[in-house]
Amino acid sequence: MTYNFTVSPDFNPSYLSGWFIFNTWLQRQTGEAFHLDLYDDFDLQRQAIAEDKFDMIYANPYDAAVLVREKGFVPIACPAGKSDEAMIVVAADIEVDAVEGLSAGLRISATKDPDVNMMCMIMLEPADLDRDNTTTQHRDSYVLLAKDLIRGEADVGFFLEETYNKLSRIVKSQLKPLVQSQIQVINHVLLLGPALQHRQVEIQQALLAMVDTPAGQSLLESLSFSAWDKVEPEDTEFMIDLMDTLET
Amino acid sequence: MSAGVVGDNREVVMQYFDGSRRTVFVTDIETPMPDGRLIVSRTDPDGIITHVNDSFVDMSGFSREELIGQPHYVLRHPDMPAIAFKGLWQTLLEEGSKWHGYVKNLRKDGGFYWVYATVIANVRNNQVMGFTSVRRKPSRRKVEEAEALYKSL
Repeated sequence: MTYNFTVSPDFNPSYLSGWFIFNTWLQRQTGEAFHLDLYDDFDLQRQAIAEDKFDMIYANPYDAAVLVREKGFVPIACPAGKSDEAMIVVAADIEVDAVEGLSAGLRISATKDPDVNMMCMIMLEPADLDRDNTTTQHRDSYVLLAKDLIRGEADVGFFLEETYNKLSRIVKSQLKPLVQSQIQVINHVLLLGPALQHRQVEIQQALLAMVDTPAGQSLLESLSFSAWDKVEPEDTEFMIDLMDTLET
Repeated sequence: MSAGVVGDNREVVMQYFDGSRRTVFVTDIETPMPDGRLIVSRTDPDGIITHVNDSFVDMSGFSREELIGQPHYVLRHPDMPAIAFKGLWQTLLEEGSKWHGYVKNLRKDGGFYWVYATVIANVRNNQVMGFTSVRRKPSRRKVEEAEALYKSL
């Protein structure tokens, strides 16, 4: 049997090869066949999730909620010391230095990354901005948001903080972060589907031990992780409650 | 004067829903919520704080150790009328939905900060195991509206 594995489309393209190496490592650790299926489109991946195509998912917090509560997935690990933070970014030459300087009619450029978009809309609230008095254009990648801002085709861009920081120096020199979230308690998580849960203990142990060998450390580095942390189901339930709380 | 209170202050005796009383010292000094900050906390079913994030610690002025184990109402500011929270338990426990509202919170130093608070019940196996609350920065316009409303109650 081949198990299917996928990664939330908000991963940074520079870690693409890292996920393929991870998939190979997973096959060696478990003796099972894994097929890595990567998407650059949230809607397409969500459709595949709805069709129960995956057995293992490195999911963003928003999708983790659906996977745990509706699809019977269990969380096993998350990257150590990493939390998902969002960032509202403007063009460097815009004379606005705080969210309160933004006004109705704002043109937003955003991916379909659900947790990032939710957090960024929350960060616009101090300026009395919401879905009703702003317009949003969706793009397939964070690089395209940067282009929209530089070309003046959007007023603000909604970024995952980690992805913004990985943009090239030249691109970043033309942009200016306006505000960054500080929520500290939501993160991506690795989840196992029902068909793979009989291997949960050994996969979890292998992940946690990855940091103990030079080869494992090198693989972690290729994903920009320092280590994997164990995740208990209640940790993820708490995060899901939190996402529910934020979604107003 | 209470230790840790900064600036001119007045003494107020707070009476809470569980019958307990506490003397607090309040000032007129507002600490604005910084942009991007989201305060997160979790309580047990009795409203005792079990988890806080760093933003909560920073904005409240209390240490993490001082907050964990305390009832969440230690943050209640005397300017908040009890009626403002009246629908909270009904919304959370009877209707099973979210409660939200604009809240003036008391800091350890006697000052205050305004938030837009959302609370949700943590339900596991049809049982309420606690509550999660997120507080975020409200617009000045919303704060002024809430302030005027609470004064009129």
